[in-house]
Amino acid sequence: MTPDEKSTILDVNNLWVTYATENSPLHTVRNVTMKIARGEIYGLVGESGSGKTTLARALVRYLPRNGSITKGSISLAGTDLLALPQSELRKVWGARVTMVHQDPAKAINPSIPVGEQIAEMARVHLGMSQAQAKKKSLEMLEKVQLPDPESVAGRYAHQLSGGMLQRILIATALTTNPQFLIMDEPTTALDVTTEAVILDLVRDLLREYETAVLYITHNLGVVARICDRVGVMYAGELMEEGSIQQVFKQNLHPYTLGLLGCVPRIDMNKSDIDLHTIPGHIPRPNELPQGCIFAPRCAIAEEACNAERPSLADVENNRHMTACRRWADVAKNMHIITKEKVKEEVDMEEIPLLLDARNIEKQFKVRRSGLSNLFAWKPDIVRAVDNMTVRVRKGATMGIVGESGCGKTTFARCVAGFESATSGDLFLDGESLPYSIAERSKATLRKIQLVFQNPDASLNPQHPVGQSVGRPLALLGNVLPSEIEKRVRELFEAVNLPADYVHRLPHELSGGEKQRVAIARAFAADPQLMILDEPISSLDVSVQASLMNLLAELQKSHGTSYLFISHDLAAVRHLSDWIAVVYLGRIWEIGSAEDVFSPPYHPYTEALLSAIPIPDPNIHQERIRLHGSVPSAVNIPAGCRFHTRCPRKIGAICETESPPWQNVTRFHSICCHIPLEELRAMQAPVAVENGKEPQ
Amino acid sequence: MITYILRRLGMILLTMLLASVIIFSVTQLLPGDVAQVILGQFATPEAVANLRTELGLDRPIVVQYFDWLTRFAQGDWGTSMVSRLEVRPLVMQRLNNSLMLAGVSILMYVPLGILLGVIAALKEDRAADQLISGISMAFAGLPEFVTGLILIGVLAIAFDLLPANSSIEPGTPFKEAFPFLILPAITVSLTSLGYIARMTRSSTIDVLRSDYTRAADMKGLPRWQVLTRHVLRNSLLPTVTVVALGIGWLIGGLIVTESVFGYPGIGRLLIYSIQRRDLITIQAISMLIVAIYSVSNLVADILYGILNPRIRLGG
Repeated sequence: MTPDEKSTILDVNNLWVTYATENSPLHTVRNVTMKIARGEIYGLVGESGSGKTTLARALVRYLPRNGSITKGSISLAGTDLLALPQSELRKVWGARVTMVHQDPAKAINPSIPVGEQIAEMARVHLGMSQAQAKKKSLEMLEKVQLPDPESVAGRYAHQLSGGMLQRILIATALTTNPQFLIMDEPTTALDVTTEAVILDLVRDLLREYETAVLYITHNLGVVARICDRVGVMYAGELMEEGSIQQVFKQNLHPYTLGLLGCVPRIDMNKSDIDLHTIPGHIPRPNELPQGCIFAPRCAIAEEACNAERPSLADVENNRHMTACRRWADVAKNMHIITKEKVKEEVDMEEIPLLLDARNIEKQFKVRRSGLSNLFAWKPDIVRAVDNMTVRVRKGATMGIVGESGCGKTTFARCVAGFESATSGDLFLDGESLPYSIAERSKATLRKIQLVFQNPDASLNPQHPVGQSVGRPLALLGNVLPSEIEKRVRELFEAVNLPADYVHRLPHELSGGEKQRVAIARAFAADPQLMILDEPISSLDVSVQASLMNLLAELQKSHGTSYLFISHDLAAVRHLSDWIAVVYLGRIWEIGSAEDVFSPPYHPYTEALLSAIPIPDPNIHQERIRLHGSVPSAVNIPAGCRFHTRCPRKIGAICETESPPWQNVTRFHSICCHIPLEELRAMQAPVAVENGKEPQ
Repeated sequence: MITYILRRLGMILLTMLLASVIIFSVTQLLPGDVAQVILGQFATPEAVANLRTELGLDRPIVVQYFDWLTRFAQGDWGTSMVSRLEVRPLVMQRLNNSLMLAGVSILMYVPLGILLGVIAALKEDRAADQLISGISMAFAGLPEFVTGLILIGVLAIAFDLLPANSSIEPGTPFKEAFPFLILPAITVSLTSLGYIARMTRSSTIDVLRSDYTRAADMKGLPRWQVLTRHVLRNSLLPTVTVVALGIGWLIGGLIVTESVFGYPGIGRLLIYSIQRRDLITIQAISMLIVAIYSVSNLVADILYGILNPRIRLGG
């Protein structure tokens, strides 16, 4: 036995997973072979529908009733998992294999204290007594760096934040010191700042425990940050597998290359490059092409690619596997993905203002929940938006970023008129804008349109999508009834949807297509201002990229202004000309996108930028982490609101006095007590390539 | 918590007040004249008029209402117009009988309904589930006078296992009354059983599909432990409310069942009183039913709050 084989924990050979359906069996996972060694973190990436989760559930033999493993073998440190009877399997689960699930708020039992949920692992698998198990659970809570484990252990899931719950799941999974750990999108439901802290913790803990880990994610940046090896999955098969360096830097498969090109870069924006896109969509397992399954979407596919399906092979004899015939060409053409544009220099001051929102405030009255509080006579006041001033110039994009709960969506809803602002002034194109949508004229309504995060919730499921797009045309009366149909077709063309889609119902469209319909509908009114509230967050990277390109293109051709709300900083960087950074209902830094993304930054911006998972293993990022979660907008901290979490807090002044605005340039201001020169001296660029000096 | 309970009790008082208005109005609308009913068809108009004055029926309705309400609240529920006996001891004695029957029924159908519901959920869409769902649906659809008669026919007459007639002496102690309670209790249970089973089934299926159940499975806990500690603890929470809401059905079921078996409970007394136009008794029983329904719902809500940490501890 070679040392390499000795340390192999998970050994999967030619695995097939099949779901029985009414029509024909669906081979959802095909021919997957992988090895994961002790202490290795294996990243499994792929878009939705690629079979990642099915594979993970097959590896532990926990498939839904209609799913089964039809071919292949799984060996866990020498144990043939497929040969184990069901009763033995439960002794493997929890003891030798554990799992961390995607949404920690759902994966923790709501009616059992969290400490007990760790302790039961210790009792069942480690044979501990009640007292020993309780001690073990506190130990584990401490391991995952939760403050005050005693108190946390006694609490229930609804009393803890998402980040804390995910730590608890990690603690649970490591209680028995398992040989193999599966993490299924463990940070997807979290804010980018929390994600960064959890990823650091996971990496440190896994080094200590030497567990073999399968880390499933759709986020290439996360893979680059914490994994050792990576497998790229597509439509149920592995396309490429290798070390992080190999896959990210000496890539041998056009699909991986495409995925990498889809991710916006934090040093360029829409006027520098178009994002790479992958045309088409993942084929379902019952409609696979004859030859290479990626060929129909591949930019370099040729006749021969359609003839025979290539299998994963170690083409260079260096444990870098690819399932592409033309791997050599991919290796040569790493640069094909970026189309650089000629940048047009525009004097920003020349561009007139479209939206001028001054000192907007929005307060909500809420009653606290819980039986004991039903009689609290005085409702709490939530200051969701507290004095925000935002200006959007014509034809430009203002990006608003911040953690969830910072008030960015409430602000957008105030501008849209869905919520009536409590105070402040709104001007659109020089004219005063009433707070409520009910008081706005038809002409004004037409000028502001919205695209929401979830197109399923914003498109009527009973209406053909063409009708949804035609409605605003008829309602807002800017098009003759006889021309509506023609105009709808034009709009479909503008958003790159086939004209015959107008008759389809929303459920017949993919997520990306539905969002295109939503965009077409918003453009139907020929608006001046588009409010985009996380319009791409729930979509796959390749779809995100094509939508971002579409939005940039439409902005250019229509001269529309965008108010772009997102927690995805890379997307904001790509689409925005201007960026406002929001925390607890207030803006802390505002300026041109380029300025905001380079020092000096507000310490909060600095932390957000440092948390961005960048899909490049050779990039060095400063490790600045925010601990804890955003304080409640009911009890806003005094002085600088950020002082409770600020990594750069200078002293008492932060706790008592509101910080002043400091102008870095005419278009870039920071609200902080620390003098700009000091900020500049201590801060590094967002990302520096290893070996290069920061400029 | 205390304030919550006080507020709910206040709401119950309000409900009862409203109910009293409705009950009083409805009893006034019942056709026929009480005095006439008491004295019979051939009474002289003078005798009827005298009796009306004696009973206070010639006063304005509003005065009659407030007079009745004040006395009722003070515990003076009046004298039966028909039997000339005091209403309160009579009603309370019958209530006691009904509570015995209801208690035996609840002890039958709640645990059995939960058990069947959980089994059906675990065997979702398989034979056992379809059998349970089908049978419980059938019984829920059959009215008590049908199931009651079938049960009498089979268990009492054909196999002679249990007494067919449950018309016991009203004051019979529980021990002696028990054999007479079984058949009526089964009859009442069959209707509610399916309801509990179906509700338990659907909430259990939801919990079985939840992420935390999967997580508990993946922890390698023994299956029974996953079920008892992780699944049932959550899936049975809504059952508490379901049982309380079912009290309404239960009361309806009791009225019919008691008549079928001649059991001297409050339901049979109610029907008897309606037949005799005994307004005073009808009013007392109706108010009592409203009170029982309201209080059982309050108890369920408090219990739910105590069992559910999300409500107990607030968010």
